[in-house]
Amino acid sequence: MGNEEAVFFSRVLTETTLSFHIIYATIGVGVPLMIMIAQWVGIKKNDEHYILLARRWARGFIITVAVGVVTGTAIGLQLSLLWPNFMELAGNVIALPLFMETFAFFFEAIFLGIYLYTWDRFENQKKHFLLLIPVAIGASFSAVFITIVNAFMNAPRGFDIANGELININPLLAMFNPAMPTKVAHVVVTAYMTAAFVLAAIAAFRLLKGSNHIYHKKALYLTMKVGLVFAIAAAIIGDFSGKYLAEYQPEKLAAAEWHLETSENAPLIMYGILKDGEVKYAIEIPFALSFLAHSSFTQEVIGLDQFPEDEIPPLYIHYLFDIMITIGVWMILLSAVFWIGMKRSWKMVSTKWFRWLIVLGGPLSMIAIEAGWWLAEVGRQPWILRGLMRTQDAATTSGHVDTMLILFCLLYLVLGIGSIVVLRKMFRNNPVEREIEDRDSEKGGDLL
Amino acid sequence: MTLEILGISVLWTFLFGYILIGAIDFGAGFFNAYSLITGRQRILTNIIQRYLSPVWEVTNVFLVFFFVGIIGFFPKTAFYYGTTLLVPVSIGIILLAIRGSYYAFETYGARGHKGYSFMYGLAGILIPASLSIVLTISEGGFIDMVDGNPVLDYWRLFTSPLTWAIVVLSIAATLYISAVFLTWYANKAHDTDATNLLRKYALIWALPTIITAGGIIFELRNHNPEHYSHIQSFWPMFLLSFIMFVGTVWLLWKRSKYGLAFMLLVGQFAFAFFGYGASHYPYLLYPYLTIYDSFTNPAMAISLIVVFIMGLGLLIPSLYLLMRLFLFDKDYVRGKGDYHA
Repeated sequence: MGNEEAVFFSRVLTETTLSFHIIYATIGVGVPLMIMIAQWVGIKKNDEHYILLARRWARGFIITVAVGVVTGTAIGLQLSLLWPNFMELAGNVIALPLFMETFAFFFEAIFLGIYLYTWDRFENQKKHFLLLIPVAIGASFSAVFITIVNAFMNAPRGFDIANGELININPLLAMFNPAMPTKVAHVVVTAYMTAAFVLAAIAAFRLLKGSNHIYHKKALYLTMKVGLVFAIAAAIIGDFSGKYLAEYQPEKLAAAEWHLETSENAPLIMYGILKDGEVKYAIEIPFALSFLAHSSFTQEVIGLDQFPEDEIPPLYIHYLFDIMITIGVWMILLSAVFWIGMKRSWKMVSTKWFRWLIVLGGPLSMIAIEAGWWLAEVGRQPWILRGLMRTQDAATTSGHVDTMLILFCLLYLVLGIGSIVVLRKMFRNNPVEREIEDRDSEKGGDLL
Repeated sequence: MTLEILGISVLWTFLFGYILIGAIDFGAGFFNAYSLITGRQRILTNIIQRYLSPVWEVTNVFLVFFFVGIIGFFPKTAFYYGTTLLVPVSIGIILLAIRGSYYAFETYGARGHKGYSFMYGLAGILIPASLSIVLTISEGGFIDMVDGNPVLDYWRLFTSPLTWAIVVLSIAATLYISAVFLTWYANKAHDTDATNLLRKYALIWALPTIITAGGIIFELRNHNPEHYSHIQSFWPMFLLSFIMFVGTVWLLWKRSKYGLAFMLLVGQFAFAFFGYGASHYPYLLYPYLTIYDSFTNPAMAISLIVVFIMGLGLLIPSLYLLMRLFLFDKDYVRGKGDYHA
């Protein structure tokens, strides 16, 4: 196998691993916060339903955590296995946040273990809540640190190069690079948003499938409300990300927006197709790109004509951009209508078709996460370290990457199917009605 | 002490931690599957699950910590080991993935599912073998430089007696460490049946462990004479290690002081492991890579150490809490009150 093939297969394998991992990682970052919120609401309102909600989410969460942990270990090692030259160089500058991530992970792992094995061991529910705080903090900070590493790849800082050698290395400057604030904020907030909408989808699905229990209604209302807040936050931060790109990574913005020529009063292009270098069937929103890039309707936006041909990312990322934005806006609308509808007791939000839309919202949000990551990563091509190291110079020279790709694809298939089967079984065999009854007879209290 | 030595000592300690708790974990998974197949799960499963469930995720972190740490402190290892280890480590990752997730599937989702238990038991016992290849390669003699890139010679690797000695040792030691620990844990839980069975396993696996461990030193005489002569200068450590081994077996045989027996076992492996590590100095990969020419820049080294100390400040109390709640809590160990998810 030649080096070109090794580069190709390394890219495919990395993409496969990450695409699979982020499904579980997003849940892993978002769900602990939701569990914590439910526990808190349960304590505040003195409502056992919310405590039970926290626990049932936690039980399903273990399965996703397990897959998240093992695929995270896989990508952690694959970075060195598939991109040894990159890691050798980058390790000198960016090892610090990688190292910090392991501590965040450690912290989460310890307290998740404690939380899961001390149910009802303490009389006071607040103690269980306290155990959830480090779990949520650890989960979110794992995302923060690992996203810092990714931000560094987009905007390498914190070192100088003299005669091909790295000097004046400043690990903190490398961490707090210009891409970091928007990237970290966007990743964390969209993970919260997606987790909320995935849990909302489950609650809506149970309601559709015949269970009319107040428990599911409480779950649905809580998750949609939290989802709305984070979806709005995601949109605002997304706008900041656009401004960051215009300033520091204009070729990514130009490729995502099909902004072919540098111009003032730049319009925003949505949808459409690209044929022989011309954009067709697109919706153009006048001045919007100038505004997205610079908060001014008239300012100049750099186009793709300013870059040499071999430094332009693939133009198909525009479609990914469309998918991400469309879903994001759709989810804001859907959750806002639901929330207002609940406040004003509109019948519409309790109808079957509306609930089906909520069910659909879970997978849609996950698709938006995938599309967003593909956009961010492919938009960085041809660089692995923007402006510094090209992807083809970073890959391994080993000749076995194609075989490993097949093996890992099989692994992800097995893990994906396994986790779905186990999760379905877990909740099907123990519906919430029965669990409430069990807890009720144990305590002799009044849960219903 | 230079920063290089401090760095490698920290990492070596974490690797030791991983080997120890990983071995308990992997061996327990194997015994669990074995007992399920031979129809003795009534005796063993409870003890094993009670210990493992709250800590399985923590075990994995030790490994992540080690490989992230070594890239951080010694970035050049990414170039040499990353390029050459693609196949063996990928297989290791796949086994780890199957084991980790199937463990969770079986424990939380489908308790007592034979297929899942069998999968994680088998995967677990193969993990030490696949990862120990790294130790073999670090002895040198299996990597050639072609056009400035390291290439692993699989034929030489798989025909070397050293490779197989290390593989057998890793499997035997895994089962031995695990059985000794679980004997102690079962005894604490006042579970006589489990204690007796595990004690038997511990005694069975003691002999292959010590024979292969000795055999490796013998193999090194041919394979890497320089390392062999270094090992000899550390002979008191290996002697102490052997004495502790005898002590463990003696206590197991006499059925007394299982706690002390486990402590001696930790000591035995600690002396052997650190003696081996110290004699490997200064090479990370013989003869291409030493800890000096692969060390990271001073700014990064210092910030990593600062983070490491702060991280430990967070970890040690948390780990203490974990152990107090599950390892040293009498009611939990004896299975009074079922508080799990």
